[in-house]
Amino acid sequence: MSLITTDGLTMRQGGKTVLSNVDFSISKGEIVTILGPNGSGKSTLLRLLIGALRPSAGKVVRQKGLKIGYVPQKLHIDPTLPLAVSRFLQLPGRVAPAAAKAALQRVGATGFEDQQLASLSGGQFQRVLLARALLSQPDILVLDEATQGLDQPGSAAFYSLIEELRQELGCAVLMVSHELHVVMAASDRVLCLNGHVCCQGAPEHVASAPEYRALFGTGTHGALALYRHEHDHDHDHDGHHHHDGCDHDHAHTHDHSHQEGSV
Amino acid sequence: MSFLDGFMIRAALAGLGVALAAAPLGCFVVWRRMAFFGDATAHAAILGVALSLTFEAPIFAGVLIAALGMGYIVSTLGARGHAMDTLLGVLSHSAIAFGLVAVSFLSGVRVDLMAYLFGDILAVSRMDLLVIWGGAISVLGLLWWRWSALLTVTLNPDLAAASGIDPKREQLVLTLALALVVAVAIKVVGVLLIGAMLVIPAAAARPLAQTPERMALGGVVIGAASVIGGLQLSFWFDTPTGPTIVCVAASLFVAVTLADALRQAVRH
Repeated sequence: MSLITTDGLTMRQGGKTVLSNVDFSISKGEIVTILGPNGSGKSTLLRLLIGALRPSAGKVVRQKGLKIGYVPQKLHIDPTLPLAVSRFLQLPGRVAPAAAKAALQRVGATGFEDQQLASLSGGQFQRVLLARALLSQPDILVLDEATQGLDQPGSAAFYSLIEELRQELGCAVLMVSHELHVVMAASDRVLCLNGHVCCQGAPEHVASAPEYRALFGTGTHGALALYRHEHDHDHDHDGHHHHDGCDHDHAHTHDHSHQEGSV
Repeated sequence: MSFLDGFMIRAALAGLGVALAAAPLGCFVVWRRMAFFGDATAHAAILGVALSLTFEAPIFAGVLIAALGMGYIVSTLGARGHAMDTLLGVLSHSAIAFGLVAVSFLSGVRVDLMAYLFGDILAVSRMDLLVIWGGAISVLGLLWWRWSALLTVTLNPDLAAASGIDPKREQLVLTLALALVVAVAIKVVGVLLIGAMLVIPAAAARPLAQTPERMALGGVVIGAASVIGGLQLSFWFDTPTGPTIVCVAASLFVAVTLADALRQAVRH
């Protein structure tokens, strides 16, 4: 059962085609990472999926009543807006103080209720954003470069928290990132994007795909292998993985007859 | 005879009505950096006056239509990627210029332009009071109803969209509220100073508030104090009332900001 499915998604902005013909879908409990260089349309795809943008062509189908927990890349708080963490967690809907407290505790931001949002550090802010996303009891967590501005141990800790949350809540996770090795190790499936879907599949598969190497080089493959070795637990628990889509060239002329039907 | 017979009482009630609606809306204007947007909408009101006089319609109706039209044009063009700052500068001043020229074409009508530009709070009638309070309560109701959604969109439109809130719809709500405030405030402070009643009380309340709601409330209190103080001062010193009200608001802003800076300096 797919939470979100897209069909031939195309987005043109300012006379430029940002995304063309993207077929994508994500299932319950799955962790999918979108990888791609700057300007590859990662954030645009995410915004289309959550309904913040309307596609120029194609369509996005969200499961009826789908609850999305969105963690934006960053949140600019205008200094004229006084906003404490406890009030922020109540946007847009009311939540019980006990629930807010529990959510903050879960993400390691215990006792932050009375802090002003503007006074938080980058890492604290990300945790509070995540706590807010959890409060809606989401079917899917959507994270847009959530670890930007965190150091390496900080972002590793953040991703392992995401993994734990997925286990606890059973929610799907969709992330955008370019921290290759950490992300790839924590994902069930990786989608390599560069204006179109270059390739997708299990992390090991994508990392060895020529399209991926063309975009990111081969250097990261070793880091990935190392990381996988250290964290040698099994991600293949529900057979989501499929290995396909890496046999086309980069001339943007490929058709999508080989659609990902397995999810 | 009733207490509404006193023109000072009517003036005070009219001013309080405007302060009540303008301050909470003004908070959004400040948070969203829409001060220019507010000005442009207010300036369009002079076109509305010309419209009303031409068709012998109530001023309120003409101003409301012109302000809504301006709000709509700005939102649409802004979404198409025009540079907002420049766009607002062009539209805002064009609206005033065309409005003034249009009014001058209305031969045979004796028009007191100053009253529309700077307000004529001392000439508020009972009917005006009804319109002002009706409009003010509508604006408050609208903001009350959409408060959380508006706040979420103000914080981040994508965050709102992910929660099922349509940022465009909320923008429309703000545009409507703004047009209503302009239409009721024109009699009190006039086209040129409506922006001041939106921005100054809200900005003055900022250092005093720890939550968005208290900032809105603080803005109302500061706005109301400015109205009462301004009326009193203009009576004593025989100064134009609308501008005097704005002067009091501005003085309160300076006082609060200085006090806050002092408090921070002492603490560190």
